[in-house]
Amino acid sequence: MSRLIRDFLLGLVVAGAVAASVPAFAESSLLNVSYDVARDFYKDYNPMFQKHWKAKTGEAVELKQSHAGSSKQVRAVADGLEADVVTMNQASDVDFLVEKGLVIKDYAKKFPNNASPYTSTMVFIVRKGNPKALQDWPDLVKPGVQVILPHPKSTGNGRYSYLAAWGFALKQPGGNDKTAQEFVSKLLRNAPLFAAGGRDATTTFMQRKIGDVLISFESEAELIAKEFGKGEFDVVYPSLSILTEFPVAIVEKVVDKRGTRKLAQEYLDYLWSKEGQENAAQNYLRPRDAELLKKFAAQFPAIKTFTVDEVFGGWPKAYPAHFKDGGTFDQIYQSK
Amino acid sequence: MKRVLPGFGLSLGCTLVYLSLLILLPLSGLAFKSSSLDLSQFWNIASGERALASYRVTFGASLLAAMINAVFGLIVAWVLVRYSFPGKRLLDSLVDLPFALPTAVAGITLATLYAGNGWIGRHLEPIGIKVAFTPLGIVVALTFISLPFVVRTLQPVIEDIEPEIEEAAASLGASRLQTFLRVIFPGIFPALLTGFTLAFSRAIGEYGSVIFIAGNMPLISEITPLLIISKLEQYDVVGATALACVMLVISFVLLLGVNALQWWTANRHHGTERVSL
Repeated sequence: MSRLIRDFLLGLVVAGAVAASVPAFAESSLLNVSYDVARDFYKDYNPMFQKHWKAKTGEAVELKQSHAGSSKQVRAVADGLEADVVTMNQASDVDFLVEKGLVIKDYAKKFPNNASPYTSTMVFIVRKGNPKALQDWPDLVKPGVQVILPHPKSTGNGRYSYLAAWGFALKQPGGNDKTAQEFVSKLLRNAPLFAAGGRDATTTFMQRKIGDVLISFESEAELIAKEFGKGEFDVVYPSLSILTEFPVAIVEKVVDKRGTRKLAQEYLDYLWSKEGQENAAQNYLRPRDAELLKKFAAQFPAIKTFTVDEVFGGWPKAYPAHFKDGGTFDQIYQSK
Repeated sequence: MKRVLPGFGLSLGCTLVYLSLLILLPLSGLAFKSSSLDLSQFWNIASGERALASYRVTFGASLLAAMINAVFGLIVAWVLVRYSFPGKRLLDSLVDLPFALPTAVAGITLATLYAGNGWIGRHLEPIGIKVAFTPLGIVVALTFISLPFVVRTLQPVIEDIEPEIEEAAASLGASRLQTFLRVIFPGIFPALLTGFTLAFSRAIGEYGSVIFIAGNMPLISEITPLLIISKLEQYDVVGATALACVMLVISFVLLLGVNALQWWTANRHHGTERVSL
């Protein structure tokens, strides 16, 4: 036994030595921890920034990307993944890092536009020719219409779809929380299933041909066109929808430790540059730059939107009210 | 007793360290985390309406899947051992595929096959059988991923049964059914039970393939692992560990029960053997 313990300890020492001998990151590298579908955006953005940084400082910089479901990602950062910056698709994810003391409380004010360099909105994808004539939210709650959306409790897209419908109902004449809950409840009754994620919802709708309408990000519609062909579906813009924001933030503890604050700041600032904004537009995300938005007007039809802050008082309020256990989503399914 | 090979101390030490690091440590972490809840909070989470419905779905579907595999896995194993036919090797290696395939791929493929316009679903739906996005779909996915456990546990045992035993039974006047029930089956049964248990436990924990075919409707087709994930999604780690603890306890009790049954049948079997000698 004692020999075993000795060998075991020796093994630990060896493993530790190997781990320690891996050199710490060189200073001119940056890790961007991001959500799943931002992959395409940053694949284009990173080379642009590398060029920009080289021109500005003469230094080469290594950019590392990590993509996965956003709440998994922030949990990894909270558990010690050394991300210099996080670029997320929901403020609640960044708020979690604020709670853990990794990101400063007013991160949203550190950058313009609520720290969200681009936006998107929730739209309807319908079958070619719109056979059920679905034009606006009330059409989706009619009997016999099947609505496809991801699970509102376990996916970001699902949550945005849910809040979009809720906000619409709230803004109708005589709308209040009660009518909104009834409206959303009817909508959910029209859902034959809850998809596991945004992409799964798309597959279910486009490939398995289930449902009459898919609620999805505007930016996703273009990807569907790429995958399945433009002639397979129509995009319908409802009269009112939710503005989805994609907050970015510096992870204070990590940049202080690694001495990468300047680099991280510039990396995120550059998202608002002409090049960064144009890259967003090319990836079908609505740029904040008004001129560019005009330039790409054909791609981004005007649509009335509301933000989570305006209607729900921000994610820290919206999240517990609707999606925590016992929230409105659970109430809808317990009233049966 | 002096053994031929030395090293009991070393190997036992190794076993203990290995099991502690890999199994006991994470599990005690789980128990520790959920112990930050007091009893009534724990009970509220564990006995919520949706949690209860999800236990029914998870354990019911897993049990059904394991039973289906116990029957058909036995047939597959029997055929693969007892008969030779062209393509047998190929068929034999196909059995392992569910082990190797990433479960999400399995789930997406099954959902596509069994959806209303899929190769299989399009023939089932006209006769009123909906598989994809219903609890039945969960059973299909679980059956798929747990098949190899039954087959691979049974194969070596069936190989050990010599055909002479069957011949002896026949020559002593046993009917075919009697030969199977009284001679073959008692020999296979403990292994079948092991295979069943492995398949069952594998199915309980399955997440990746199920969520793509289940439809995930609250109270109808939500599995417990999905509730755990959605709790983690709310950063409610403690709530998630509470549900995990419940699953663990139920699984442990069930497995203990099966083990006891196995021990009992093995003992009984030995008993009769000694008498017959």
